[in-house]
Amino acid sequence: MKSLEDLKRLQQQVKAKTSLRHAAGTQVIVGMGTCGIAAGAREVMSAILNEIAKRNLEDVTVRQTGCIGMCEKEVLVDVVRVGQPRITYGRVTAENVPTIVAEHVVNGRIVEELVVAKIEE
Amino acid sequence: MEHIRAHVLICAGTGCISSGSKRVQAALEKQLAELGLDKEVKVVETGCHGFCEMGPLVIIYPEGVFYVRVQEEDVKDIVEQHLYKGRVVERLLYKEPMSMERIPKYSDIDFYKKQMRLVLANCGHIDPEILEEYIAVGGYQALGKALTDMTPETVIAEMKTSGLRGRGGGGFPSGMKWEFTAKAKGDKKYVVCNADEGDPGAFMDRSVLEGDPHRVIEGMAICGYAIGADEGYVYVRAEYPLAIKRLRIAIKQAEEMGLLGDGILGSSFNFHIKIKEGAGAFVCGEETALLASIEGRRGMPRPRPPFPAISGLWGKPTNINNVETFANVPQIISQGGEWYASIGTERSKGTKVFALTGRINHTGLAEVPMGITMREIIFDIGGGIQNGKKFKAVQIGGPSGGCLPEELLDLSVDYDSLIQAGAMMGSGGLVVMDETTCMVDVAKFFLTFTTSESCGKCTPCREGTKRMLEILERITKGEGRIDDIALLEEMAKNIKASSLCGLGQTAPNPVLSTLKYFRHEYEAHIHDKRCPAGACADLASYQVTEACKGCGLCKKACPVDAISGELKGLHVIDQDVCIRCGACLAKCPFKAIIKG
Repeated sequence: MKSLEDLKRLQQQVKAKTSLRHAAGTQVIVGMGTCGIAAGAREVMSAILNEIAKRNLEDVTVRQTGCIGMCEKEVLVDVVRVGQPRITYGRVTAENVPTIVAEHVVNGRIVEELVVAKIEE
Repeated sequence: MEHIRAHVLICAGTGCISSGSKRVQAALEKQLAELGLDKEVKVVETGCHGFCEMGPLVIIYPEGVFYVRVQEEDVKDIVEQHLYKGRVVERLLYKEPMSMERIPKYSDIDFYKKQMRLVLANCGHIDPEILEEYIAVGGYQALGKALTDMTPETVIAEMKTSGLRGRGGGGFPSGMKWEFTAKAKGDKKYVVCNADEGDPGAFMDRSVLEGDPHRVIEGMAICGYAIGADEGYVYVRAEYPLAIKRLRIAIKQAEEMGLLGDGILGSSFNFHIKIKEGAGAFVCGEETALLASIEGRRGMPRPRPPFPAISGLWGKPTNINNVETFANVPQIISQGGEWYASIGTERSKGTKVFALTGRINHTGLAEVPMGITMREIIFDIGGGIQNGKKFKAVQIGGPSGGCLPEELLDLSVDYDSLIQAGAMMGSGGLVVMDETTCMVDVAKFFLTFTTSESCGKCTPCREGTKRMLEILERITKGEGRIDDIALLEEMAKNIKASSLCGLGQTAPNPVLSTLKYFRHEYEAHIHDKRCPAGACADLASYQVTEACKGCGLCKKACPVDAISGELKGLHVIDQDVCIRCGACLAKCPFKAIIKG
């Protein structure tokens, strides 16, 4: 490295290596209760991870949660963007994932036809 | 490219490794691979979290869930429940000792709540063997800032503003020390990092070197720039193999990246660091002895002045600071001296790392702002005394420090009030003792240490501590004489006044402080031939009380047949035969045997 600028650039590049440990940014939460898993939550989660990787998105954390009681609507995926209500999508399949990521996670536009709930936090 | 959604941090400090963290890590990596989760879950080896008592520690992010005492067989649950299904494994969570409540989040645990982790900020959160992890959290930015935007004079001014005082124990203002070395005449100057850490019960320097070695390197390089040195040494004891290994890796990585070596970050500043492994002699922590040891001579102190700032390593101006002092430097430079000075008390700025050991629930490392009370450290952070016993004393500052009693628990922890109370900050070892500890025995323990570690160069330390130890041994055997206390006090005064280096000058402190606060225990040993804590084997006696049911278990346990009595009748211990081993006391189911 030849200058402080180089160092700062490198820091930006490697920041993602530890950013998970200082949570911020958008969260995608997948319901992984027994019902969710049975409905295919694992495939949905893999699709989400692939989509995020493909688009090289930073500051997005993917988490799991247990059953929240709407078993009938599984697979449930929540998207929380900083400062916006928590949106719950229902009956999500791997095919829906690119749309949710492109529209909501990246551009902040809610995919209305898949929404089952909005929670103001 | 895959997206990593979870980081599993496994502590790989010396403490956790010895309780099995390497085995846990191997099992975890295997399980993740089997379930195909290895592409989305990253395993990170970190340095010490400080919560050593509860190791091996595993933290899972982004949730920040904190698992304690994790064993190989727990890995299956962590992977299948937590990482696959997102369900917290309740039974592995930390249980609060008072409320018995299980606490999932790292940041909610009392042990961490009252701490202020600046020096230890990265310890346990980054992989110390990967330079990018340190850079990702802002590493080497302070060095870059110093080289690009600051002159050596402004770096020193910033250090002076911060009010940082030497964390090795002396408490000398660091900025002032840097200034002396910067102003000293000489074309060649050195920076030396003292990582000898020999106090019984202290391990904070080791943890910093193991958990965040780059921070120490960065601090040393900034110092080198400020004082005009192009070479640095880390003097670290050979008993710290992991610290040495990680330091080696870190130096190599920094050199490859152009953060150490010639023309650092495109500037004209050159700085090289070498490691000198010491053999682990207590005296080699004393700065002039340490320098002699680096030069290849026998580690013995010499009279000062001249101070190392004027004539140090090979006669050249040398700035010596301890590991923790250097570790404070990067954030002082990046956040400013005034920010640092806003933490702590009027005359003791910033934070201090303490190593909590002894009869305390949470053995480990705690970093607290100066001015916190001893009570908060021991009871709030340390979780109180083990097994519900009563607090008796805390030994602070290693052999150079002193024992403080319960009445002083609300004392503010800073350099000056500790000295006033007859102890000292020292390197920050805190040994907590409960009611079963005999204070004469404690003084004897520390004197045994200083006697065997005395380098022997000056007579007061070599002969004086030996004579004091003999008196203490006599007292604990019940052979104390009426004038022993006066004799101890007189010798202590003379040794303090006439020893060559700080080690001899402070060696009598454990005796003086125990005499000051626990004189009655000495008197009980000497006058009544009794050890009030029941710790001195030669003075203990065992008696059978009325609670005896005559079960005969004690009789069977006694190795010398000192106990007699009929079945269902009261038993008796023959005091002449008894060897005071305590086997009967341990065996009695009715608590009918007492020790006095």
